[in-house]
Amino acid sequence: MTYVRPNFRHPESHRNAAGYSIKQYEGALSTLCAGCGHDSISAAIIKSCFDLNLAPHKIAKISGIGCSSKTPTYFLGKAHGFNSVHGRMPSVTTGANMANKDLLYLGVSGDGDSASIGLGQFAHVIRRQLNMVYIVMNNGCYGLTKGQDSATADQGSAGKRGVASVFDSIDLCQMALQLGAGLVARCFSGDKKQLIPIIKAAIKQRGFAFIDVISPCVTFNNTPTSTKGYEWVRDHLEASGTIDFIPDKTEITVDYPPGSSRAVTLHDGSQLHLQKNAQDYDLASRKAAMNRIETVKEKHKILTGLIYHNPDATDTHEKIQTVDTALNALSQDQLCPGSEVLAELNAQLR
Amino acid sequence: MKPTDISDPDYFHKVVDCQYACPSHTPVPEYIRLIAAGRFNDAYMINWQSNVFPGVLGRTCDRPCEPACRRGRVDEEPVAICRLKRVAADNKTDIRDRLPEIPKQKNGKKVALIGGGPASLTVARDLMPLGYDIDLYDDQHKGGGFMRSQIPAFRLPETVLDEEVNYILDMGVVTHFNQEVTSLKSILEKKYDAVFVGTGAPRGRDLPDLPGRKEGGANIHIGINWLASVAFEHIHKIGKKVLVLGGGNTAMDCCRTAIRLGGEDVRVVVRSPKSDMKASPWEIEDAVHEDIPIYENHNPKAFITEQGRLVGMLFDVVEPVFDDKGKRTLVSTGEEVMMPCDDVLMAIGQLNSFPWIERDIGIEFNDWDMPEVDKTTFQTSLPQVFIGGDAAWGPENVITAVAHGHQAAISIDKHCHSEDVLDRPAPDVNLVSQKMGFHDWLYDVHVSDDARHIVPLQDKKAAIADRKLEVEKGFDFSQGYEEAMRCLNCDVQTVFETDRCIECDACEDICPVDCINFIDNNTEDNLREQLKVKATNLDQDLYVSDTLKTKRVMVKDENVCLHCGLCAERCPTGAWDMKKFLLHTATAASNRRKK
Repeated sequence: MTYVRPNFRHPESHRNAAGYSIKQYEGALSTLCAGCGHDSISAAIIKSCFDLNLAPHKIAKISGIGCSSKTPTYFLGKAHGFNSVHGRMPSVTTGANMANKDLLYLGVSGDGDSASIGLGQFAHVIRRQLNMVYIVMNNGCYGLTKGQDSATADQGSAGKRGVASVFDSIDLCQMALQLGAGLVARCFSGDKKQLIPIIKAAIKQRGFAFIDVISPCVTFNNTPTSTKGYEWVRDHLEASGTIDFIPDKTEITVDYPPGSSRAVTLHDGSQLHLQKNAQDYDLASRKAAMNRIETVKEKHKILTGLIYHNPDATDTHEKIQTVDTALNALSQDQLCPGSEVLAELNAQLR
Repeated sequence: MKPTDISDPDYFHKVVDCQYACPSHTPVPEYIRLIAAGRFNDAYMINWQSNVFPGVLGRTCDRPCEPACRRGRVDEEPVAICRLKRVAADNKTDIRDRLPEIPKQKNGKKVALIGGGPASLTVARDLMPLGYDIDLYDDQHKGGGFMRSQIPAFRLPETVLDEEVNYILDMGVVTHFNQEVTSLKSILEKKYDAVFVGTGAPRGRDLPDLPGRKEGGANIHIGINWLASVAFEHIHKIGKKVLVLGGGNTAMDCCRTAIRLGGEDVRVVVRSPKSDMKASPWEIEDAVHEDIPIYENHNPKAFITEQGRLVGMLFDVVEPVFDDKGKRTLVSTGEEVMMPCDDVLMAIGQLNSFPWIERDIGIEFNDWDMPEVDKTTFQTSLPQVFIGGDAAWGPENVITAVAHGHQAAISIDKHCHSEDVLDRPAPDVNLVSQKMGFHDWLYDVHVSDDARHIVPLQDKKAAIADRKLEVEKGFDFSQGYEEAMRCLNCDVQTVFETDRCIECDACEDICPVDCINFIDNNTEDNLREQLKVKATNLDQDLYVSDTLKTKRVMVKDENVCLHCGLCAERCPTGAWDMKKFLLHTATAASNRRKK
């Protein structure tokens, strides 16, 4: 009465440049409902980390509580992980990041975890520009407690219970923009072609990168009347263009017709190429991004893709001027330089 | 690409690689599951139905199924299908009550079988339950043909062969043993409704023009004749130094028999490089295990005799040279090697030979003096004469002879009922969902990760000391179970229903071997290039769905699908289901029985 994943993999699937096979980025078999959008996001994270040649043990995945926050068990089984307290993923991540800034911090949260109980934490981690990727798996309902409307459920949207939500929804992308996130994107779990390059870009972004992924709850919120169901989302997508992620040091061989694409250069020199709607608006302008979200919303559509990108973003460590070495790597001598240094310091204050 | 037509039985049949590769199309995964369940009689009967000689084949089959096995593509080695068949045969109880009933009221048709080997016996097996009167002619004293005369007892105990031959003869076949048929005309004059010729390829190739062939003749033997003489106990010993010429399975049987009859320095000598030897790898392995050396690239030049007695052979050492087109020629290096010997066994090929078929009775012969036989019906130009087994197109193997026998029986039955022999009956096909409940399937999806299990052998010394001691002990029950659990259950098909799919990608994400793709439709060549993992194995089909809501299609590369059922397990709408595909090839009169 249980099921396991066979250990065999495709004989022709290769290893990446770091020498790892895809299996080394996988986690345990998912126990979420069959067809859950979250599993697609897990798969996209696995693929992104594999493609970027990241060492699994140099990643920390941290989550709160909820269906979304269970997913770190299902990807990157060899990475560090902390399934923390409801809504408190940001502060746990902040603590970890302060101690060891050399890891990649992958925060995974849900709409309940971020937009309800953890809204305060969500706001402040963005404000502090913590160097992390913050992924919200947004299904508009509380799947783990039988599907009640969450704070991101759109007004008028009705899930399996058939009762439309009476409140307006919180748009986490707009909040992230307002609070100063360096990279803001919205994706759909059913569109990996877009999701994977954006996750890669978010990983490469310095400072805070936010991705709101609409991820249908097949069990409680996949009705034709729900604005977070597969059908509705597919019918109302307005993508900001096809996206290619081009790693640093790769010769750009794709030939884009002039005016049809624009490149966004990321912190380490890698690039995102956006095709279609290339002349839309200035991606580095918060005002334009806000405008764009609102304009598309008025048309009852969902704007997906890269919404905002700040090429000059910094991170908390830079702002508070910590030393270059990760704090957990400092030796006792460096941390406690001795009574002579203390006496000297005290003397300066006299 | 057009959507795949899964109603065509051939599509899913091809996915069951082992069954498809088997000339008799035995439902392999089905009987392997029965073995794992300890249902040996059921497993045996599925085999018996399809390949007639499970005990014999479980020891001696050429195993075309194993190189085809999907496990061999995802793991180091295929499932030991052949030796699992033996587990069923070894562990069964008395199955005689399951054999078909033979009608007391005959149908009035008489058939003659010439030759008592696997092809003829299969024809008898298929026709006796339909009420035919059958006469079987063979020059040996018992049935079984080459299975008896050429497969040494240390590979196939006589009791196993007798048992399976007798299941058929006991149906009431009238046997005429020790009777060599020297004229087909005289058989035809007996007014049979049909005659089946299954006389094998009885003539071993010789090297008549090699110097010294005549002088040393007393100690130069044709391999197959020599093996027959050993089997029938006319020969009990051989010289101390023996050379076996040839690199096929017969050569392996010859050398292994020779060391059991007193050969001390037995060598296999082949013209070509070892890698080009025709023998099955496992038969070469068995010979090597018994410390028999194989000399490659030695081309026979002369038999050396002294005072009318064979004392050795002279070989020309050659090397393979490949031209631009990859064609190989063996070029002499100029070096000569002389190997002393007491006896030479020649196992360098076999030929058909039909001196006993008169050329004026209406059977057409081709330019190579072989009778013209239809590839589908096995009929000759004389409508009541059918030819199958090695006799049809030269040496193959037991399982191919059985497959010929089944097809010939269909033709004979149709011929006797004045039906069109070219109208072939369709196979019996069944496709049933295996879903039982939540995470619960009718088949065991937990496949073992173990490497292929090795069949235990007798102590080497004891085995070589006794010609009749079977070398392989066979898997015991628990080893058989462990090996059976390596089977991927390729007959449990992934069946996709386009209308139910909501394109949540769950199947694509969970598939451990990345064989499921949701992409824009294209030509087959382009699709093969564009899949997540390129579909480079052109022998394996792509399963393409109808157009989905997003205008994409589901494309599944069948190549390394593990049939683990995770796609169906993770599908929220039941668009994927695991359905067991069971195909039984048609047998004689199956079309009439259904009516």
